[in-house]
Amino acid sequence: MATILEMRDITKTFPGVVALDGVNLKVEEGEIHALVGENGAGKSTLMKVLSGVYPHGSYEGIIEFKGEECRFSGIADSEKRGIIIIHQELALVPLLSIAENIFLGNERANGGVIDWHETFQRTCQLLAKVGLKESPQTRVSDLGLGKQQLVEIAKALSKEVKLLILDEPTSSLNETDSEALLQLLLEFKAAGISSILISHKLNEISKVADTITVLRDGSAVSTLDGTNAGVSEADIIRDMVGRSLNDRYPPRSPKIGETIFEVSHWTAHHPQQPGRKIVDDVSFQVRAGEVVGIAGLMGAGRTELAMSIFGRSYGVNISGEVKMHGRPVDVSTVHRAIAAGICYATEDRKSYGLVLDDTIRRNIPLANLTGIANGIVVDEHKELAVARDYRERIRIKCSSTAQEVVNLSGGNQQKVVLAKWLFAGPEVLILDEPTRGIDVGAKYEIYSIIAELAASGKAIVVISSEMPELLGVTDRVYVMNEGRFVGELPTSEASQEKIMSLIIRSGHRN
Amino acid sequence: MSQEALHQPAVASPERRSALSAGFFRKHMREYGILFALIVIMAFFQIVTNGILLKPINLTNLILQNSYVIIMALGMLLVIVAGHIDLSVGSVLGFVGALAAVMIVQWHMNYVLAGILCLCVGGVIGALQGYWIAYWKIPSFIVTLAGMLVFKGLSLWVLAGQSVGPFPGGFQLIASGFLPDVFGIKGFNLLSLLLGVAVAGILLFFSFRSRLRNRAAGHDDEPGIVFFARNFILAGAIVYIAWALSTFRGFPNVLVVMALLIAVYSFITTRTTIGRRIYAVGGNEKATRLSGINTERLVFLTFANMGMLAALAGLVFAARLNTATPKAGLGFELDVIAAVFIGGASMSGGVGTIMGAVIGAFIMGVMNNGMSILGIGIDYQQVIKGLVLLAAVIFDVVNKNRS
Repeated sequence: MATILEMRDITKTFPGVVALDGVNLKVEEGEIHALVGENGAGKSTLMKVLSGVYPHGSYEGIIEFKGEECRFSGIADSEKRGIIIIHQELALVPLLSIAENIFLGNERANGGVIDWHETFQRTCQLLAKVGLKESPQTRVSDLGLGKQQLVEIAKALSKEVKLLILDEPTSSLNETDSEALLQLLLEFKAAGISSILISHKLNEISKVADTITVLRDGSAVSTLDGTNAGVSEADIIRDMVGRSLNDRYPPRSPKIGETIFEVSHWTAHHPQQPGRKIVDDVSFQVRAGEVVGIAGLMGAGRTELAMSIFGRSYGVNISGEVKMHGRPVDVSTVHRAIAAGICYATEDRKSYGLVLDDTIRRNIPLANLTGIANGIVVDEHKELAVARDYRERIRIKCSSTAQEVVNLSGGNQQKVVLAKWLFAGPEVLILDEPTRGIDVGAKYEIYSIIAELAASGKAIVVISSEMPELLGVTDRVYVMNEGRFVGELPTSEASQEKIMSLIIRSGHRN
Repeated sequence: MSQEALHQPAVASPERRSALSAGFFRKHMREYGILFALIVIMAFFQIVTNGILLKPINLTNLILQNSYVIIMALGMLLVIVAGHIDLSVGSVLGFVGALAAVMIVQWHMNYVLAGILCLCVGGVIGALQGYWIAYWKIPSFIVTLAGMLVFKGLSLWVLAGQSVGPFPGGFQLIASGFLPDVFGIKGFNLLSLLLGVAVAGILLFFSFRSRLRNRAAGHDDEPGIVFFARNFILAGAIVYIAWALSTFRGFPNVLVVMALLIAVYSFITTRTTIGRRIYAVGGNEKATRLSGINTERLVFLTFANMGMLAALAGLVFAARLNTATPKAGLGFELDVIAAVFIGGASMSGGVGTIMGAVIGAFIMGVMNNGMSILGIGIDYQQVIKGLVLLAAVIFDVVNKNRS
């Protein structure tokens, strides 16, 4: 096999920080090369150097692509050579059609006049290649995330791609879509297209990767042969974090008390299509000290269930009853839900959880401003004391509590969200995808916090699309599909297969 | 971020201290930059106008001329921080002035009662606009653009196209009155000077107290020299202005009203929970709503408040001109919005300070006044003001990108 890409001794510094320190990366033609590492290890920086976002001259080292040295001055340069990067946050224009997006900036045109016939024809071919059955005229905003990802890939294919870089492509996809995407990568591999796959999901990596490079603190610490069955996930994790995590989940000895939180016959309808039930007659309860999981595929209605309970933040025509300690409570506004002792940490911390440009200190008390105020006057000393207290207790890594949360890593942002809700003093804490987009080390810390909270007698609900995570941290799992609860299992008896089969069987019944 | 960078020593070493003050400057460049810009602009006009700018009579004029812009800028800051805009304030100012004229001059209503009624009308106008913006999610740009047209038309209708005036003397006192000379010294209003000194002293006291408290709590990062320079320049400026005004006719009544409003709104924005919530709404509305905060009501209240302040400005303006004309308030909204943006507020919401907006308004005011003294034509004045606004915002963006 020939080497398609070789990056030698890449060093990139930012003021005061060495982001990459003499990194070597070698990608063979037609291989899937996985790049793993904790958040902040330098994966994205390395890819930005490769794609020309950081132009030649702003870093040290040599990039050779197909045997020639490359000095890219921008993304357009690297794209011309066939290096295409698909970012984690998709770069599609939601209100334009699939075809318009695919040929954006690269329009099929004669003298500025777009040839729609050719555009649609080429789009159909590309969509067939990626296996997306949609009309080229469908608006991107009408597609799910998985399909949008495929449109991005089709866009890359339209540019004669030689090396495809995917930055966490499956982080927001469900199992089926992820599977389809990985399958597509394998097809590309057969067609001679190399890819670099950045991912936190080690099971996916071990499924498709030929070679695995592990980055840690800006250096490439090891390169492993992914086809070798002897390489285990534990090996990769050990290289990533520089220590061995014997157990990916903290040990717990649950002390489960009486039922605190009870939801019965909860139903919510779609806000735009009032006839459609998104949550359909759901009942469940959570006991003190218990961690309960809600499993299900993307779109099963889990987030909608939680948000409709939390102050009717989602849906219309909501009916059902919520009880705390056996007494019905009013959860009709977020304020009342919090007052009743129910808190909900969202799956999308950047849009729904944090005021990003504000400081840690000011984000933490947002859900409980009266807790740091005398009357209506904010006591800044109390505020600081609270921020410092949580910084210690849940180990938020920051230079100061006056740091803006936008500059924190994903894991630390999530901890600020948790601190915010803990300060609101909940008895029931609903955590929606609490570890999305954060690295292995930080995940472990979040799990520890969950365990500590449960041990202190709180009732915890964890919604997660990562089944191993649910099996690792919960005591009991509810399975949700198409708006209904279709099963309940003690975690000790649950397995990924059992959960999947509950979902699939319930799907057939309809 | 590397792990090492996160585990900094808690105690600052000397090198770290100096790095800290450099960082402090970078972070607060905007706040000091604008104050510095005002000082430079004032110094420039003081020199080129041969000292006319800071003459007591001109200082008095400067304050009277800009009072209504500053009063409205206080409300506009809240609106902009909450992530909205209000284009109707100029028209509301004109409409309320017209209403006051009709009530007082034509209906011979008691002017105190009429003033209170006018403030209420302003509040209701703001509330009506706020209702559509907050609860129906209609973009504020559109609602207030409509309001701008509606109230411009209504003031024409109320005045029947005529100017109405003059007002009784008591009403004029809002804008053209001065603090009484209780000590009876001829040509010197001692009460004003004493008030000025007292305000400067109180400000110094609070600054020192909060610095001491912050130091005790260990979260003070303002270098000593900056702290002393800032506070003494501010106190010095207040005492100087008080002295200068005392040698003329003393403090205008408007100045007292304005100073009280600035103090109250500063306190609300920096120290109260409602202030916090307004910044949070502008910073991230969805996250704020999911934190149990009634974001709709907050937006509604900021607009109602804006309407009431526009009404107050309308009374001040009408009293100053001593007549209500259909043209009153034309284009004022732009001056007010410009002042807030020059003062460092962000178009996307969540950022901005009351002091910044006030300084921004004074920058515009000093330039207007200075250029008029120099006899620069209105054509060039507009161009220069436009460029200053653009420069201030470019400075902001560049500064933000660099950090």
